[in-house]
Amino acid sequence: MGKSNGLGFWIACAVFLGAMLALTLVMKNEYPFFAGYVILQFIVLATAWNILGGYAGYVNFGTSAFFGLGVYIAVMLFKAIGAPIVVQIAGAALVGAVLGFGVGLLTLRMQGIFFSIATIAVTIIIETCVTNWKFVGGAAGIQLQRPPVMAPFDSYVKMLFFVQAALVVIAVALARYVQGSWIGRGLQALRDDELAAECTGVPTLKLKLLACCLSGALMSAAGAPSAMYLQFANPDSAFNLNYSVSALAMALIGGTAHWIGPILGAILLGVTQQILTVTISSEVNVLILGLMLVLFVVGAPAGLIGLVGFPWKKRGGT
Amino acid sequence: MALRLSVSDLDAGYGAVKALQGVSLEVRQGETVAILGSNGNGKSTLMKCVTGLVRPTRGRVTLEADGKSHDLAALPAEAIVELGIALVPEGRRLFPKLTVEENLMLGAFRKSARSEIGKNLAFAYEAFPVLKERRRQLAGTMSGGQQQMLAIARALMSSPRLLLVDEPSVGLSPLLVSQTITTIGDLKKKFGLTVLMAEQNFHQAVRIADRGYIIVHGEIAVAAQSVAELNANDIVKKLYLGGIA
Repeated sequence: MGKSNGLGFWIACAVFLGAMLALTLVMKNEYPFFAGYVILQFIVLATAWNILGGYAGYVNFGTSAFFGLGVYIAVMLFKAIGAPIVVQIAGAALVGAVLGFGVGLLTLRMQGIFFSIATIAVTIIIETCVTNWKFVGGAAGIQLQRPPVMAPFDSYVKMLFFVQAALVVIAVALARYVQGSWIGRGLQALRDDELAAECTGVPTLKLKLLACCLSGALMSAAGAPSAMYLQFANPDSAFNLNYSVSALAMALIGGTAHWIGPILGAILLGVTQQILTVTISSEVNVLILGLMLVLFVVGAPAGLIGLVGFPWKKRGGT
Repeated sequence: MALRLSVSDLDAGYGAVKALQGVSLEVRQGETVAILGSNGNGKSTLMKCVTGLVRPTRGRVTLEADGKSHDLAALPAEAIVELGIALVPEGRRLFPKLTVEENLMLGAFRKSARSEIGKNLAFAYEAFPVLKERRRQLAGTMSGGQQQMLAIARALMSSPRLLLVDEPSVGLSPLLVSQTITTIGDLKKKFGLTVLMAEQNFHQAVRIADRGYIIVHGEIAVAAQSVAELNANDIVKKLYLGGIA
């Protein structure tokens, strides 16, 4: 991995953030930001999912647990101390990392399908807890009043759009770092053959816990701005299984071997979903999601990046 | 005495199944020790106990290195690799979807080995030129013999002092078995290794072994101080040499 390559990545990040900021200042219509926010949010979720699900091969069905937890940590911090959005996100990321660690410790000794089932159970457990937590509204949900918007932005949604764009950069940069480092190499090894990885001295449990923490923190961070975005939170929508399925489908459709995969998958699926929601109905979304997943699993098991022959195989010769 | 592995009174098993009972053995620096026995007698379990992949239920596994004594039964697998013990697992257990070079790099995962990665990679390619030719090939697509070479080379990437080889002959043709055993003997000399090898092919194993143990139903049946002593043993005659005990 050459230095120039790294520089190119950071320049691309800066250009991306700059462009997003410019959009929020130039465009008057709010709707594109409403839709764009959702796509950015799914880029973060898919990227976060891929750190554990793609690199390590541990299929996590609990994305919605982390996402919903992020939503509710933000709600709690806002209601309790009127915390600003950055603090809400940081708090959510911290709690998400702790949950990731806990879940990892309890479940990572299980492999394959057993791990996946355990992560579904985590979603149900946390949703049940939140449903019974009166302070954040319980089962009925909670209405939230947005605070005044901050400096360069003229609407709160535009600001959240930019915040989510910043989260995309953080998530992708982390995923990219993991992928290119010894951490990624170790995760790849344990995905291929866990016993062999242990034989060669890969600290498998430590690496899996690290991946779980990172992935969990990013998922919760992605969920945190959602409360302010909707000005409402209830357990049903915050812990919706749709987040788990979408994050997984986006990563698989984009390709799990490279950090660019989940981005491509999230953009493709996210845009399709937004268009379908507007033109047909939100129910059709799920159908299309399922169809695309089947299509890709059969036709392009390595995802979009496998189809276009992305040169990710070069990585070996550092 | 710089390096010594001693196993004493070791019990291990899987749930209700006892795989090892009261096993004691010793490997001293510079030796090649063979553990002989047919399938299902506990050879692999013993190797896994030494490398931290299976926890013994009783007994001790100790590595004495440079005047320090390490209790291997209490260490995680990665810490044992860090101490300079490398295992070539049974059935090779490569990373089939990674390239030859990526497999080798993973052999050097431990921190102290990463600094010597270039040197060790050069050694590995020098010892096994075929791996250099195929370094971009996926490990799973190579022949059994080449995969065995890669498994050995990967273990050497961690600059081990004690090399454990579990059943190198599994799934190989007689000619390749012979070549593999010879290779292990050569590498041992070249790198000044100490070798503990589990094998069911008696005749091949004793070609490079200094001495050996015979393990039957999880217990050490014979502990011979030399190959001559092994050959002369009644149990060996009965089990391997077609003699009548």
